[in-house]
Amino acid sequence: MSSGLRLGLRTESIKSLLRLERFPHIWCPGCGIGTVVKCFAEAVLKSDIPVEKHVVVSGIGCTSRAPGYLKLDGFHVIHGRATPFAVGLKTVRQDLEVTVIAGDGDILAIGGNHFIHAIRRNDDINVILVNNFIYGMTGGQYGPTTTKGSVTTTSPYGYIEGSFNVPYLAAALGANFVARWTPLHTKELTAAMLEMFKVDGFAIIEVVSPCLIYGEMNNLPPLEVMKLFRDRTVIDHEADLSKIDIDLRNPEKPIVLGNFVKRSRPSYQTLVRELIKKARGR
Amino acid sequence: MSERISLLATERAEEWLLKPGVYFMQGNIASAEAALIAGCRFFAGYPITPSNEIAEHMSRRLPQVGGYFIQFEDEIASVNAIIGAAYGGVKSMTATSGPGFSLMQEAIGLAAMIEAPIVIVDVQRAGPSTGIPTLVGQGDIMQAKWGSHGDYEVVAYLPNSVQEMFDLTIEAFNTAWEYRVPVIVLADQSVGQMIERLRVPPLDEIKIVERKAPTVPPEEYLPFDSRYLVPPMAVAGEGYRFHVTSLLHTDKGYPTTSHEHSVKLITRLIRKIRENEKIIGRYEALALDDADLVVVAYGITSRSALRAVREARREGLKVGLFRPITAWPFPYWGLREAVDRGAKILVVEINMGQMVRVVREYYSNLVEIHFMPWAPGAVPRPHDILLKIKEVYGGE
Repeated sequence: MSSGLRLGLRTESIKSLLRLERFPHIWCPGCGIGTVVKCFAEAVLKSDIPVEKHVVVSGIGCTSRAPGYLKLDGFHVIHGRATPFAVGLKTVRQDLEVTVIAGDGDILAIGGNHFIHAIRRNDDINVILVNNFIYGMTGGQYGPTTTKGSVTTTSPYGYIEGSFNVPYLAAALGANFVARWTPLHTKELTAAMLEMFKVDGFAIIEVVSPCLIYGEMNNLPPLEVMKLFRDRTVIDHEADLSKIDIDLRNPEKPIVLGNFVKRSRPSYQTLVRELIKKARGR
Repeated sequence: MSERISLLATERAEEWLLKPGVYFMQGNIASAEAALIAGCRFFAGYPITPSNEIAEHMSRRLPQVGGYFIQFEDEIASVNAIIGAAYGGVKSMTATSGPGFSLMQEAIGLAAMIEAPIVIVDVQRAGPSTGIPTLVGQGDIMQAKWGSHGDYEVVAYLPNSVQEMFDLTIEAFNTAWEYRVPVIVLADQSVGQMIERLRVPPLDEIKIVERKAPTVPPEEYLPFDSRYLVPPMAVAGEGYRFHVTSLLHTDKGYPTTSHEHSVKLITRLIRKIRENEKIIGRYEALALDDADLVVVAYGITSRSALRAVREARREGLKVGLFRPITAWPFPYWGLREAVDRGAKILVVEINMGQMVRVVREYYSNLVEIHFMPWAPGAVPRPHDILLKIKEVYGGE
């Protein structure tokens, strides 16, 4: 731990899972990713899976730096490819609990093809997708979840493309567990992560998260976004997913949260074990 | 669950492996069977001609040996998946051809950077672009070495027979796990799809290299320990709780922008192959001792060249054949003696000039180096090469 650095009292509980020698971390003040890491660490410690069996995989971007601060087996690979890396690892090592922690650009833009196919195959991995509506690390370019009308460094006249509705997409593709929370909802988020570890098959939590970079260009500083999460979020586990797209700029539009989908389609990894038995005639 | 691990990591599954003996087999299938013998238990790939027989064969055979086959959504996913599996401690491979090999390049750099042992079989076809999917090419020689950005080393083998598709696939796995490096079996459509004699030796005569696991306790373990040329490799779930990043990293595996660490890491990634180039690098030399002209050819082209060299000898011309078995590292030392004697060199390859550049790099100031380019889509006939031999040879 570098001198002068003090962890808050609330961080003591997860100290054993942090690489304290790497602090202070790279995230901006007000960023939501640190809270996600804390919730994840708490979930790991609360899970009945041994710590050494938890593996985190990430791509490139702000969120993808999370494994670098976690004292777990962690793989910070190339942009967009955390999902296939995780699938390869999980397939050959089904004793591991493999979780991808990455951002909207990494998972949904450059990694979009892997995302849809991992859900189609129903790979037994967890994905924590931190959606901050922008490419933060590269300086604020628009991404596949940017709210229409937003100003970014590559949409100076306002963003005109459509945006992914992540739970709707994941549910349509057949994911076994689909949830959406925010860093304001730490108890619910941690509980959803614990739920995710138990799922055999593809599990995804979208964490809608504030970003300083986005905020600076759109009059939505992180604290305002947290207020917005307090005022505009609605918890509805039974929500019609086709209607829960997010529009940060529209004060009339609620941000719907919840554990939307829980089902038990057998995972690819379960089925492939059966296939091996069949091929060997046993 | 632990049963799964023992099945993968320790079970040799000998009852399911190809029995020793003599077979009449296709090159691609020989490569797949060799991979199983080498211990490969995970294959990830995407359909592409002319490598499909490898994936098809693996989809049938891997489950029998307790291994896993996944046909992914593309080659990018495939190569990243085998890197993930390698960090699970399981020997893994993919197979592809030119367009797919191009898509894999970024992750080849990843494998080199995080020192993940993987094997890629590239059954070269005619390029560029979609080219001629069903016909031969040797246009991936430079891509195999320089296809990803930045400085890194790979090893690439050049099989010229079904026997070598078998032997060099096993060697590729051994080299990958010995040096923690991506290894490419740079086959070509002709060698991959030809059917000929294959001898499978008894299993106990086949050398198999396994992972060198760390012996220190987790708190002392450095995944990229620069005191070693090739650091011991921990894998996920063993309790080391180590960090791996594609960023430039310290011995501990943490990201850094320090030039000191850049020097340390990047030079080690290069040195671990270059300092072992004469152990890794291989070639075959035929009738070089008195040769006035040395034909350099590899893969399927070397078989045409061999016939041409024999014909030239019959006609009294002192011609020899130098066949690199590794493209990378290029076995330049095998040509040294002939060059010192003043022998001319003629490089023949199915491209517009790739390996000839490497030969020139080493010997252009010392001897005459001639080149016979050959457009992809066909193998040069022995007669074509003989004509060129005579043209070059007679030029004294």
